[in-house]
Amino acid sequence: MKSIRAWILLSGLFFLGCSPPEVREKRIVIWHWMTDRQPAFQELAERYQAQRGIQVDFQLYAPSEAYSQKVRAAAQGGNLPDIFGVLSEKRDFASLIKAGYILDLTPYMEEENFAWRNRFFPQALAVNKFSPDNTYGVNPGIYAVPIDMVAIAMVYNKNLLRKLGFNPSQPPQSFEEFLNLGRKIREEKLQGLVSGWGELWLIYCFAQNYAFNIMGKEKVLATIRGEVPYTDSAWIEVLRLFEEMKNSGIITNKVVSMVNKTAEQIFANEKAVFAFNGSWCVNVYKGMNPDLDYGVMLPPRISNRFPLLVWGGAGSSFMVNAHSPYREEAVKFLKWLTALEQQSYLVRKTNNLPAIKECREDLPQVLVDFSRLLEKSTHPNSWDVWELPLVNETLARGIQAIVLGKKTPQAVAQEAQRVKERELAKKSN
Amino acid sequence: MKLRQVLEDYTFILPAVGIFTIFYIIPFFFIFRLSLFEWDGIGRLSSATFVGLANFREIIFRDSNWWRSVGNAGWITFIALTFQNSLAFLLALACSKRIALRGVYRIIFFIPPILSEIVVGMVWRFIINDVDGANIVNRVLVCLGLHQFVRAWLSDPNTALNVVALVHSWKGFGWAFLIFLAGLQTIPREFYEAAWVDGANSWQVFKNITFPLLVPVIILVAILTILGTMQSFVLIISLVGGELAGYTSVPVLRILWVMRNSSRFGYACALGINLGIILVVASFIQYKFFKKVRNLI
Repeated sequence: MKSIRAWILLSGLFFLGCSPPEVREKRIVIWHWMTDRQPAFQELAERYQAQRGIQVDFQLYAPSEAYSQKVRAAAQGGNLPDIFGVLSEKRDFASLIKAGYILDLTPYMEEENFAWRNRFFPQALAVNKFSPDNTYGVNPGIYAVPIDMVAIAMVYNKNLLRKLGFNPSQPPQSFEEFLNLGRKIREEKLQGLVSGWGELWLIYCFAQNYAFNIMGKEKVLATIRGEVPYTDSAWIEVLRLFEEMKNSGIITNKVVSMVNKTAEQIFANEKAVFAFNGSWCVNVYKGMNPDLDYGVMLPPRISNRFPLLVWGGAGSSFMVNAHSPYREEAVKFLKWLTALEQQSYLVRKTNNLPAIKECREDLPQVLVDFSRLLEKSTHPNSWDVWELPLVNETLARGIQAIVLGKKTPQAVAQEAQRVKERELAKKSN
Repeated sequence: MKLRQVLEDYTFILPAVGIFTIFYIIPFFFIFRLSLFEWDGIGRLSSATFVGLANFREIIFRDSNWWRSVGNAGWITFIALTFQNSLAFLLALACSKRIALRGVYRIIFFIPPILSEIVVGMVWRFIINDVDGANIVNRVLVCLGLHQFVRAWLSDPNTALNVVALVHSWKGFGWAFLIFLAGLQTIPREFYEAAWVDGANSWQVFKNITFPLLVPVIILVAILTILGTMQSFVLIISLVGGELAGYTSVPVLRILWVMRNSSRFGYACALGINLGIILVVASFIQYKFFKKVRNLI
């Protein structure tokens, strides 16, 4: 009798736990990581529901590492939402496309005589596009929609520059001028340049800016393809710049243990003269110190032979889950989100650069300055080649070691080339 | 009847066993399987490429970053085994005696281990860091006239790892203290009384009674210290901010980097297995060592 009661109890618990599948009402679920934009997104979701009668649910998952892991785990489990973004490199974007998780938006972009596609700045779309000869093995097409643009450059504190005896409307243009500031910065007990160089990608980004300036974009791409070694004198010249910055006092050891949030806080608190950061910093600094008086500049060039290019164009992008039952509605929502009215609203509320050309919203001067730099920008995700992650890491950590005084530029170049050759050999086996 | 009783008993533990099997045992064996493949963690598992032992060969012969991280973690563990556990042992010895306020000391010494590692890292970063912190350590050194010892403790590669080790010891000694205290309190008082009657001094009592009887506890604390410290990484993120060009890199951070930045889940699994083997071997060696010490005593 006791055992029968036990079986009845267990069976009851089992069936209670197995409830019928939830019937989902028509609702578009969007995952994102942009903490500062959640209120603006929610407002737009409410507007969309009022206009079209479809509920949109923006779900925020932060910080960005946690968001990336969530997307990856959801892809493995087949639980991706209707719309989401990809924070990692184009390689992972390509993997998601090849696994069939992302909808090809090319047909929608080409409707009505390319109306939707022509809305965007070419640099914004380039990151989300795969060309016919791409090395990722993805069918050519456009797979995501940019909702903003970004440029990564230098910002400078006008008050501190004035204190150092410089005209704040004429920040240092040459690398030599920039280094000469180091001594004065040390005397004033300020930080020179701050940036999240504890995060390897930012240090790699800075190095690439000068690589373009010293050797030109073609040679940089040739290095990535394996045609030019990292032991080339041009690369050693790039690496030597970090040694010179350290010796001049423009940067200190501390910059290589900084995360970008810390660097942003230091610059906002007017303890650093320069910061290397992205255009998203406009909204961040506004929140930290609304009275901060700062300007935007290109990193000071070292050579006149080739242009100095910054990373730019790639902002945040949204893609549609190819397996979503509401993918048509999701595409319609993205078209609506990237229309003029909504883009203007996002610019006003979040101080980010718009992704569409016709957005004539009055941008703050600082954002206008960032937007001008987009003419001198490129982005690794818009190229058809990509550097191996271990090589990137070796270079970035090597640069950290140069700043720490533990390695020479030559040693870092040799180590990077060794890792490159080893990884290429592994790939060809 | 007996069979029915057995079946009834197993029925009640079945859900727990099932959950344990699904979420622990199966993934445990799955990691071994995945370590033999190259998989980007995004595509379906059927798209993974079988590479056999290539991942393990790469770890052993080519991944200098991994062995450097193991060395760093080994150094932190060495400081924990020596400095942290010695301190814990001495404090436990003191608190096991009838001293004033020993109850208060027990509470104070147990506070650090119950704090979150993130909180500990952020608080100590505020205390030590001269960039975004109060820079208290350097200010005290300057007040004491020790200018030559002023450093950027968390961004100097010569000091960063040692700072991590010391902060880790500060956080961890409370657990060892508690276990040692419990061990000391299980030693029958009659042994000490008999020794005092025979005229033994404090050192003789410690050498012939306390230490030999405490060896099993010491082995336990040492093994737990190795297992816990070698897997530590949260403190490094919150205290230093990252791997500092590899000078504060530890195994778990390397595994996370491989997963997130190079999308090699199979390789990350192989690294995890490698770490597990290192921990098992280290614990076994330590166990054998202390057993020998106990036999000698």
